[in-house]
Amino acid sequence: MSIPKARRPANQSQLELGGSVRSDDFISSNVPLQLTAVIESERSWLKLGLKEVWNYRELLYFLAWRDIRVRYKQTALGALWAILQPLLGMLVFTLLFTSLSGVTTGNLPYPLFAYSGLVLWVFFANSVTYSANSLVGNANLLTKVYFPRIIIPTAAVAACVLDFFISCSLLVPLSLWYGVKFSASVLLAPIFVMLTILLATGVGLFMAALCVKYRDVRYALPFAVQLLMFVSSVITPPSLIPEKFRWLFMLNPLTGTIENFRTALFGGSLNWTSLMAATVVTLLVCSGALIYFRRVEQSFADIV
Amino acid sequence: MPPIIRVDNLSKRYRIGALQRSYFSARESLMNSLVAPFQRRRSEAESSVVWALRDVSFAVQPGEVVGIIGSNGAGKSTLLKILSGITKPTVGRAELYGRVSSLLEVGTGFHPELTGRENVFLNGAILGMRREEVKRHFDSIVAFAEIAPFIDTAVKHYSSGMYVRLAFAVAAHLEPEILIVDEVLSVGDAQFQRKCLGVMDQAAHTGRTVLFVSHNLSAVNHLCRRGIVMVAGRIKFDGTQTEAVANYLTGYNEIVSLRDRTDRAGSGEMRVVAVSINDAQGRALDEAVSGQEIDICLDYESAQGFQSSRVIAGICIKTQLDAPVFLQHNRLTRVEWGALPARGSLICRIPKLPLPPSNYRLTFSLMDGSNYLDTMDNAFELKVAEGDFFGTGEVPPATHGCCLVEAEWRLEAEGNHRQQLGESDDVDQSVTRSLA
Repeated sequence: MSIPKARRPANQSQLELGGSVRSDDFISSNVPLQLTAVIESERSWLKLGLKEVWNYRELLYFLAWRDIRVRYKQTALGALWAILQPLLGMLVFTLLFTSLSGVTTGNLPYPLFAYSGLVLWVFFANSVTYSANSLVGNANLLTKVYFPRIIIPTAAVAACVLDFFISCSLLVPLSLWYGVKFSASVLLAPIFVMLTILLATGVGLFMAALCVKYRDVRYALPFAVQLLMFVSSVITPPSLIPEKFRWLFMLNPLTGTIENFRTALFGGSLNWTSLMAATVVTLLVCSGALIYFRRVEQSFADIV
Repeated sequence: MPPIIRVDNLSKRYRIGALQRSYFSARESLMNSLVAPFQRRRSEAESSVVWALRDVSFAVQPGEVVGIIGSNGAGKSTLLKILSGITKPTVGRAELYGRVSSLLEVGTGFHPELTGRENVFLNGAILGMRREEVKRHFDSIVAFAEIAPFIDTAVKHYSSGMYVRLAFAVAAHLEPEILIVDEVLSVGDAQFQRKCLGVMDQAAHTGRTVLFVSHNLSAVNHLCRRGIVMVAGRIKFDGTQTEAVANYLTGYNEIVSLRDRTDRAGSGEMRVVAVSINDAQGRALDEAVSGQEIDICLDYESAQGFQSSRVIAGICIKTQLDAPVFLQHNRLTRVEWGALPARGSLICRIPKLPLPPSNYRLTFSLMDGSNYLDTMDNAFELKVAEGDFFGTGEVPPATHGCCLVEAEWRLEAEGNHRQQLGESDDVDQSVTRSLA
């Protein structure tokens, strides 16, 4: 068994992006060595290092792939759960709201209303929960290997995207069953999916970083996520909310995203106010989480 | 030639609180800041901080293989973690001029539910290999690990040996310019360890720069050309690997009085409080010479009321690499002490010291029947200088054998030899074989 000679490195470097070093004979050559990493106590908190993350995209892919593999290997129903989660939710809420309280959802049959909201919601809730626990769950990686830490919670969100697409596929037979046609604006739906992914990543990053230091997050989060559902127009139309509090409802970026996602799927006019609010809040949350994460990630290995 | 690694005044501070309890609950830190807003800052200023690394500076040239040695807690792993980028230094700076791979543990990120094949790709990605690289080396990795028939079996069904072999096989195919390796060779069986050392040797001979932490001093001696000794977070010695190993080992003897040593075992009813060597005339020696007649004295004290007529005193002489050379105790020579006074010396006379010039480590033990009264490793450093063991003026160096043996050589003609053996060629051959 032999180790091949050190070869010309790929453009990717382990620590930080730097130049490449001529390597086959780099000891004897006169080419000066190039600096690939500087290790210092402080790093500018403005430096987000997104380029470095890009260099590690394969790791992101493999971690997400691992999460999916493991999740499906250990469950009897596997990918079916991706559909069962929102489907069972739909059945429960349909029973609850239509037969007991008589909520009306316009032209859209309530089951379709609930399911289209639940697919985005389940994705958001799972992503945030998985990524919040991801750093603590991968403590051995944090203390033994270097890579941009942001990869771990991001991979957890990425692993949930697949589930989302699987659960979305049920929308087609459901709408056929209820005789509702998709509108042409369905082409806009990916925008709202992207917004949800961004928001889930932002919240996930923030919670993951917080959870390294305060394990309370693990216990508080499931409860908080549960509560959030009731103010996100997932199962109830915003028309049910008293006018006075509707602005508060709108501040929740999920409200605007889910509402407009539904509109994009089944037609109607987009709610531009809620869309703008959702976009702005999502971007704020995302960039805030990113900055916070980069600032505290240096201490992860020491305290996890 | 400019260095490939430059480390300037690197220091790392840990809070002791943070070491003992790694995470906090929100309530605690909320309460702390409410109840005693200044407490943290005050305790921090006091003795609750520990410097795992203090003012460490060195430079490494391309192609150098550097062994870092030191006892547990000396800061070796912290240094490697900082150079790998895993944790930040509190003060100081390091510059690296090449692609770095660090191997602080084998099998980081292995998932028991995944198959061997899947784990190879996952672990490769974690170690910074690209998918193409892993694909290119895949067959070679599987061959190295010797697990070809099980490559599509979930790793949780592997034996621990198979697991470690596969994990190391992936790491063995890293192609960095700078390789940082923590104590990872201590896993697996002897055969596997030899294989790992072979890989490290290859890496060292292909122009890679290697930083290597190990407790295996003979591995450091063999693989490295330079050694750094760390003590309590600082660099104590930086030089050739042999000097470094010697320096590390002599460090044991800086504590002179055995009374203060806590690294002892046994009931303590009888304790050795000093070890010394005297010549035949009873004069204390700093160092002995090969072939000299010496007394090794174990000065003891026993607790009040301790009575035993079965005390066995033993000494073991070991090389610097901890290989025992010989053991001697008074049951071997059928000597009994009778009633022991409360204080005294148990003396072992060695008529002709059979050790080539070098430094040796002395381990002693006092036993009462089968119970240990007192025992201590590296209690004393026995320094042996060149001496005329054979009475011929010629002394073989310690590298050619760790003990000196009196012997006689003679020549016998072929006929005589046969007759004496009284056997056929077969025996002759088997003797030759066993010698080989």
